[in-house]
Amino acid sequence: MIAGSFNPSFFSSGLVHAWPEIFLSLAACAILMLDLLLNDAQRRWIGALAVISLLVTAVLVVAHPVPTKIVALGGLFELDRMAQILKVVTLLTVAAVFVYSTDYLQRRAIFKGEYFVLGLFATLGGMVLISAGSLITLYLGLELMSLCLYAMVAFDRDSGVAAESAIKYFVLGSMASGTLLYGMSIVYGVTGSLELAEIASVVRNAAIGGNIGLMFGVAFLIVGVGFKFGAVPFHMWIPDVYEGSPTSVTVFIGTASKLAAFALAMRLLPEALGASQPDWSQMLVVLAVLSMALGNIVAIAQTNLKRMLAYSTISHIGFVLLGILSGTAQGYQAAMFYMISYVIVAAGAFGMILLLARQGFEADKLTDFKGLNARSPWFAGMMAFLMFSLAGIPLFIGFWAKLGVIQAVLSVHLTWLAVIAVLFSVVGAFYYLRIVKLMYFDEPTDTTAIGGSILMRTVLSANALLALAFGIFPGTLLEICQRALQ
Amino acid sequence: MMSSTHLLSWLIFLPIVGGVVVLGLGHRATLAKWLSLAVSGLALLLSIPLWTWFKRGTPEMQFVERAPWISTIHSEFYIGVDGISMPLILLTTFTTLLIVIASWQNVEKRVAQYFAAFLILEGLMIGVFAALDGVLFYAFWEAMLLPMFIIIGVWGGPRRVYAAIKFFLYTFIGSLLMLVVLIYLYLKSGSYELAVFQRMPLTLTEQTFIFLAFFAAFAVKVPMFPVHTWLPDAHVEAPTGGSVVLAAIMLKMGGYGFLRFSLPIAPDASRELDWLIIALSLIAVVYIGFVALAQRDMKKLIAYSSIAHMGFVTLGMFIGFQIVAHTGRTSGIAMGMDGAVVQMLSHGLVSGAMFLCVGVMYDRVHSREISSYGGVVNTMPKFAAFMVLFALANSGLPGTSGFVGEFLVILASFKANVWYAFLAGTTLVLGAAYTLWLVKRVIFGEIANDKVAALSDLNGREFLVLGLLALAVLLVGLWPAPLLDVMRASTQHLAEQLLFSKIAP
Repeated sequence: MIAGSFNPSFFSSGLVHAWPEIFLSLAACAILMLDLLLNDAQRRWIGALAVISLLVTAVLVVAHPVPTKIVALGGLFELDRMAQILKVVTLLTVAAVFVYSTDYLQRRAIFKGEYFVLGLFATLGGMVLISAGSLITLYLGLELMSLCLYAMVAFDRDSGVAAESAIKYFVLGSMASGTLLYGMSIVYGVTGSLELAEIASVVRNAAIGGNIGLMFGVAFLIVGVGFKFGAVPFHMWIPDVYEGSPTSVTVFIGTASKLAAFALAMRLLPEALGASQPDWSQMLVVLAVLSMALGNIVAIAQTNLKRMLAYSTISHIGFVLLGILSGTAQGYQAAMFYMISYVIVAAGAFGMILLLARQGFEADKLTDFKGLNARSPWFAGMMAFLMFSLAGIPLFIGFWAKLGVIQAVLSVHLTWLAVIAVLFSVVGAFYYLRIVKLMYFDEPTDTTAIGGSILMRTVLSANALLALAFGIFPGTLLEICQRALQ
Repeated sequence: MMSSTHLLSWLIFLPIVGGVVVLGLGHRATLAKWLSLAVSGLALLLSIPLWTWFKRGTPEMQFVERAPWISTIHSEFYIGVDGISMPLILLTTFTTLLIVIASWQNVEKRVAQYFAAFLILEGLMIGVFAALDGVLFYAFWEAMLLPMFIIIGVWGGPRRVYAAIKFFLYTFIGSLLMLVVLIYLYLKSGSYELAVFQRMPLTLTEQTFIFLAFFAAFAVKVPMFPVHTWLPDAHVEAPTGGSVVLAAIMLKMGGYGFLRFSLPIAPDASRELDWLIIALSLIAVVYIGFVALAQRDMKKLIAYSSIAHMGFVTLGMFIGFQIVAHTGRTSGIAMGMDGAVVQMLSHGLVSGAMFLCVGVMYDRVHSREISSYGGVVNTMPKFAAFMVLFALANSGLPGTSGFVGEFLVILASFKANVWYAFLAGTTLVLGAAYTLWLVKRVIFGEIANDKVAALSDLNGREFLVLGLLALAVLLVGLWPAPLLDVMRASTQHLAEQLLFSKIAP
């Protein structure tokens, strides 16, 4: 609970740390209002405004110095380097997602201001979650984000599949939120506090890390986190939602919401419950092994690229969990690096689907990528970079991500887990290579020229080249992650 | 020494950058070819100073360059060569130039991409041989698979997709186990430097696991007996240039890995498990020799012959422990190693040449079946002369490069055990049998069919390529002393490392 008496001036002085969030919410409201006044022809400015407000927010986040951890607003809000970096990555990713989506939405005649407004609010939810200092803000941020996402999935009103996915996502997501809330209430009951720092110190000092009540709470929290992450056995919603949603929403769920889920896991497990790390580690081991196994194996059988990437996400979440479960600072850094690199690559991969999609043609089948090298050598190369990166082949960013988490589990003497991880990444390599095979070894069945605005092509190319650039010089990003979680 | 010239960096990055530029040329095929020729020629020229400026008589790494790369994991851009890796780099630049010349006319689709793939591959392969940092080595080692994957898959034969994916996954799985070991060694030592790995003490159990993981990576690459099945597929389906790179250079990386990693990092486990390597090597020599005899496809026959010859390489590397065990003396260890390295280089030249010969015939007849040929000597006398020379080199005729390595390895085996030498010696019979029988069926006899009757002899370009290779084969065969001289200090040093137990007190 908030300690001491409420002091308004102290409270408002803390608002300065939340300035980016405040700006973003004002911008989202303004865009919502503006959208009412515009006609269809003018509406395309909405997208540009949304991207600009995201970029401005990112600048605001970067401009705010974070020398050490800042706790503000009576413990509700907490700003550390990890939060700063995750926010910047989230904002830039969402900006890229908006750029990728514009053409797609216009061609589908669902270019509405609501997409951007909901996206902005979801981003805001993600930011609140990332900066949460208490279980309350954590939950608020999560729900703000999730509710926006449910609506975004159902956004294409005429699509039955999308409506079905939305219901599925909503029901399962609410269940996950409920479980999470239940876990939080148990933790509150045991520790008597909602503040993460307070919980951490109670668990550590009272040496109740192994308390049976707390264990129940932890188990429910892990179920909730597992749902949001999409780790096996809580992954059922991922393939259907990925496939059923409009691709412009899938890319949002596949990137920005994963960063938020990562923040959720980091805030709850290492930060609040660091003292019971041996217990939650064991649970995460099970989740990680199952995710890597099921994700990689089932992905082989997919013929739909969005579905394949859904299973691929599940397997990558398994790898991220490897870093978290190791319980060392180095492991958390590795997990964060993994998450960021995955988001960069996944944004590019979904972006490629959006690029190839046309009127009445989703380009989400594996076979739609046949002979892409003959149609556009440049974008075939970009897609190949992304696939190699997902497969974890050196000189692409995905390799350093894998290297980091494997190093993390080896350093805590879980050699068997490292061996399992590398074996499943061989399985994974197979289906990523299959895309490369389709693009390079097969002849095209479709010879339509590649569409997309100049802006989209540029951003997408930059995105894919980033996977290569960080693959050759991963030092900067590794250092950023290292400094974020010391 | 000579680090100020950044010679090795140039050798690594010139082909890679050149390859990217060639890739950008798109449809301008002729320009792409000439640019590739210029880049690969320049790379060969740049690699000559490696030989001439190389300081003989020291096992120290030379042409060393060291720059920080990834500080968080203490990995450096740390490269250098010794007497073992330097000749392999020369082999790489030489072979790549020949491939560029040999592929001049027989690539029809996506010409720029084809040449770019070979140039990028060249740079990455030189990187593998030059890397002295574990992560750097691994990065080059894996990245090298990608251009080869594309080469087999895009320009290969009818079953190219199967072959390409099999090639990739086979090598990938072994490599990842090596990665786990590299990370393990890093966590123990706090550095990725190979020299540190080679110095650090390790228990026998650790060494055994390390050895087995390295074995998984390198045995696949060599390839050794039970994990060799990707090679015939890859060779048969790859375009000629791809086959040449595979046979001439990529297979050598397995052997190089044993010399650079397995033996010095886990010497005690190597001693404990040398029976495994020796047994698999002898099986490769004898059994695969018989398998080669039964082939009907020329490329497959040469592929199996490669496996048998690489068996010699691994035998020569690991025979040293048996020599010590049987004679108590250490004099033959380095001889076995010398033999192994010479055999690697010689096999690079000879098998590359054999694949080019098959390529020459394939370009004209579009068949790799032995039965489609017969009496080629009547229409292609110049070609027949080269083919016979390379066939004799492949069967280890004295005076050719094939003889030197095989002779040294058999001699070393004699010191260990007469039976090893006997079994290894069967290769002289079997090798002669399958190679010469191939020559008899393809080159000699009556003209078999109309297609053979219509063959035209070598053009100037093909003559140049095969002529250069023939010169190299004869040079190494007749006068191997300079080569042995270059690597002597390094193999001696390696032999000393083997005898020094690393088990922590």
